[in-house]
Amino acid sequence: MLTQYAFVLIMVGVALSVPILAILANYFLSPHKPDPVKTDVYESGMKTVGDAWVQFRAQYYLIGLVFVLFDVEALFLFPIAVAYDKLAFFATMETILFILMLLAGLIYAWRKDALEWQ
Amino acid sequence: MPIEIPIPTVTQVIFLVMALFTAACGLMVVISRNLFHSALFLVGALFGVAAIFVLLEAEFLAVGQVLVYIGAIATLIVFAIMLTRGMMRGRTSPMNHVSGRGALGALVFFVALLAFLKKVPWPEQAQAIPVDESLIAGLGDKFVTTYVVAFEAVGLLLMVALIGAVMLARDR
Repeated sequence: MLTQYAFVLIMVGVALSVPILAILANYFLSPHKPDPVKTDVYESGMKTVGDAWVQFRAQYYLIGLVFVLFDVEALFLFPIAVAYDKLAFFATMETILFILMLLAGLIYAWRKDALEWQ
Repeated sequence: MPIEIPIPTVTQVIFLVMALFTAACGLMVVISRNLFHSALFLVGALFGVAAIFVLLEAEFLAVGQVLVYIGAIATLIVFAIMLTRGMMRGRTSPMNHVSGRGALGALVFFVALLAFLKKVPWPEQAQAIPVDESLIAGLGDKFVTTYVVAFEAVGLLLMVALIGAVMLARDR
């Protein structure tokens, strides 16, 4: 069981080494003669205005919160989906009730325009 | 593992690397000067814990850890930091006036934990756990039979949290 993860480990090693090798090769092989024109923005890029470290809008947080709740819901539904073909009718109804409760929350958020971007 | 390596085994080496990684990230969360960097190190620490779950053959927990803690909660923490004016730029100090008492509390907790760890009769041989699907299917079956009240309560709690979040965010 655990040995199957050796492939994941190998994949992680390959995935990490490719960009590191590419950047290192670039660093060692390229000539280092910078001048203002070479270091300028190129290919229809724009000179940046201000700082990248700006304050975010509060609405991102609400979207994030909604995402957390549905993430947790998905995690709870996954084991039930795996056991689905062995479940009784009543058990399926309970799962539907679970989803309906979350759906009520979603409809509330929708009606209150919480999902609208303004 | 097909290859027999005397000591330590490959699993032990991987565990050691991941445990050190987790502990280092955890330490950096506390001592990092920039709060945003602390949040990023927290993601690293959570990922290390997920890797340890995989080593313990608890794949569902590992996936849950990555999905909920890294995918959602860490994102939310990063949002909260980026929403707060001045937190991004300001260099925060890991020390404040209760540092000494905090260290003392941590030391007492560590000693208590150590005493507890030495008392627990750790099993020498791992217990056989049902492989792959049947384990998660069993969990799903328990959700809708034995623990159905708790399961529905979770659904209700999630709905209340959703409505509460919308109400708090809307009525500013």
